[in-house]
Amino acid sequence: MFVKKLALAGVMTVLAGTSAMACGIDARVSIVGNEFPAIQTVGAGAQECAGADVTTNLTADHQKINVPGMQGNPAEYTSAIIANSSIVALMNEDVIRPLDDLVAKHGKHLKKNQLVTINGKVMAVAFMANAQHLVYRADVLKEIGVEPPKTYEDMLAAAKMIRDKGIMQNPVGGAYKAGWNLAQEFNNMFLGMGGSHFKSGSAQPNVNNDAGVKALTMMKSLAEYMNPDFLTHDSNSTNAEFRAGNVAIMNMWGSRAATLVTADGVPQEVVDGFAIAGPMTAGGGSTPASTLWWDGWTVAKNVSDAEAEATFIAMTHAIRPEILADGDVATQAVWLIDGYKPTPAAVGVFAAAEANTIPYPMLPYMGLLHTALGNELADFMQGKESAEQALADVEAAYMAAAKEKGFL
Amino acid sequence: MKHRTFFWFFMPTGLAMLLFIALPILSVVVQSMHTPHEAVLLTVENCTPFKCTEETTIDQDATAAIRSAEPLGRFVGLDIYLDRAHLAVGEVGGAWASSASWGEFFSSLSNLPFYRAMSFTLVFIFAVTPMVIILGLLIALSVNSIYARLRGIVIFFSLLPFVITPLIGALVLYWMIDSRGILGNLLQWMAGDPSLSLKASTGLMWVSLIIYGIWHAAPFAFVIFYAGLQTLPQDQMEAAQIDGASRFQRVRYVILPHLMPLVTFVTLIQLMDNFRVFEPVIGFNAEAHATSLSWAIFNDLGGETRQFSSAAATSVITIIGVAILLTPVLIRTWRDFKGKV
Repeated sequence: MFVKKLALAGVMTVLAGTSAMACGIDARVSIVGNEFPAIQTVGAGAQECAGADVTTNLTADHQKINVPGMQGNPAEYTSAIIANSSIVALMNEDVIRPLDDLVAKHGKHLKKNQLVTINGKVMAVAFMANAQHLVYRADVLKEIGVEPPKTYEDMLAAAKMIRDKGIMQNPVGGAYKAGWNLAQEFNNMFLGMGGSHFKSGSAQPNVNNDAGVKALTMMKSLAEYMNPDFLTHDSNSTNAEFRAGNVAIMNMWGSRAATLVTADGVPQEVVDGFAIAGPMTAGGGSTPASTLWWDGWTVAKNVSDAEAEATFIAMTHAIRPEILADGDVATQAVWLIDGYKPTPAAVGVFAAAEANTIPYPMLPYMGLLHTALGNELADFMQGKESAEQALADVEAAYMAAAKEKGFL
Repeated sequence: MKHRTFFWFFMPTGLAMLLFIALPILSVVVQSMHTPHEAVLLTVENCTPFKCTEETTIDQDATAAIRSAEPLGRFVGLDIYLDRAHLAVGEVGGAWASSASWGEFFSSLSNLPFYRAMSFTLVFIFAVTPMVIILGLLIALSVNSIYARLRGIVIFFSLLPFVITPLIGALVLYWMIDSRGILGNLLQWMAGDPSLSLKASTGLMWVSLIIYGIWHAAPFAFVIFYAGLQTLPQDQMEAAQIDGASRFQRVRYVILPHLMPLVTFVTLIQLMDNFRVFEPVIGFNAEAHATSLSWAIFNDLGGETRQFSSAAATSVITIIGVAILLTPVLIRTWRDFKGKV
């Protein structure tokens, strides 16, 4: 009985402790963002705030809805959780506000490198870093007697051995779904091959060249070892293939890798064999064939100052250092929050940062090139046209779009 | 009806049509002839968690000033309609000049987004529409001849594909034809080819989309024809029977002529619906194999940088396309109407 009371008292103290940290707000907060585990944590963290409504809309389609949802006055969303690619769309449309005054007032425990500044003004607060890197099955690689691949060429060799030994028919995984995902895999490979998306200092595309052809050739070779439906597989489907034990080596987002095998029903050998390593290089280059990302939150321009302040308080509360005390939360991402200690799940992203992986370009016209790549590369991947033709199509499609938007 | 009476009778509808149909279309046409202003770019220092770099960004103050001076943007006339993402006049001309054969010409056409979308859309329309009508008629005739007490439940189940939300229906079928799904696996087993994948082949993907289109719309045709069959004059049927008409002859010479206005109606609706084919392309993740004009609009508005002018031009082209498709059927209906008067 006494023990029970003691335990209860303990729980009460913890609860009291939590509520002491809880935040109070007096205006509406409405958040839109992507839906991977770390962002779910941030969304739930903001909802701990009491005093006014905090709603979240976390969905993979966030990029389609965040700009329209912030263009109205007053804006539907008071905050958008974005990454270095998607902040550009918000900047282009001028729907987010500078945060310098709010940082001075409420952001004392934010670290300097969390503040994303554009032209000297704080426009976003970053809370995690992300990159795509190698995820593999250590047991399968041990069986064929090779080290985890450091280059895409090694990955191909390993894939061939796995198939030849009859362990798996399609051992390579990849989020190659036509559209955003396929374009992103091209971006990785293209940067790894030493490419640069635009002619320096201009909006002229620069993908139809040697690096572009090499990148596509490598992607095609990898696709030979993928599930034949690869053009319909996004990150979620690729992870499902890995969980089902159909895939042994793949390039996967750090933000999804950490929780990859914690889902229900994953076979024990997949859980035991699951391992993470840094991103691979390609074509003899030293820059990893990957891109570096940060995820952060912004505050809408078209909301009242009270709502902006409430949003800032709630979002800062959601990424306070104390959330790292929860072991699960700590492994969900490479947090940029003060006091974060890297977990084994973070080695991939850290390796990416140390190897000088290039950050995804924050250019106003990058989104148009990304869309053009996503639409035009599928023909090449199906063997319907040459790499040169596909890249020429990409540049032509991009030019038409960039002319329309006034960039060329 | 007197003109005056007609005017007052029609005015509420006319006003609503003006507000909700004519004005939006007009606004889309205006949008399609304007593009955003030339971007005023600025090189600034950006600092991210990784490092500080010189990057290009949009000068918001300068842009706001240009925008308030000319809120509609730049007038570009028909430029958007003629660019590569739409009618691609320049590219088509180039392909025509450089192609040695028709085959080469068509293969360079299919490389252009608009013609690629049209080739799938036209195949889809002309495969799905007749099949929906034939299948709908067959189901209606069979349901009409079964035991009356069973009809209710049979009608309910026959209608299910039409009742299901199109996107959900497409997703259900999509997972069934997955190489690990029940139908995909069955096909692999039947063909004896473990690498057979419906989703990896353009031809098989088109077939799957067409089958989905028929599966989804046949109940619609069925329910219309079934309603038509209930008004079939029994004396004509009996007269035909007495004259010794076979079952096929009765369908051909009595039932079909009776249902003809409904066939025209279903054809009209189906031509319009199939021209705007969209949900199956999304549900089947078929972007790599098949696109449509509606998908192009969705794609223009769904990217990180949204292209309103391009989407508006595609919308206007869609309206024109539907009008062209419907013309023959409408002329026919008009002639029949004049004939009756």
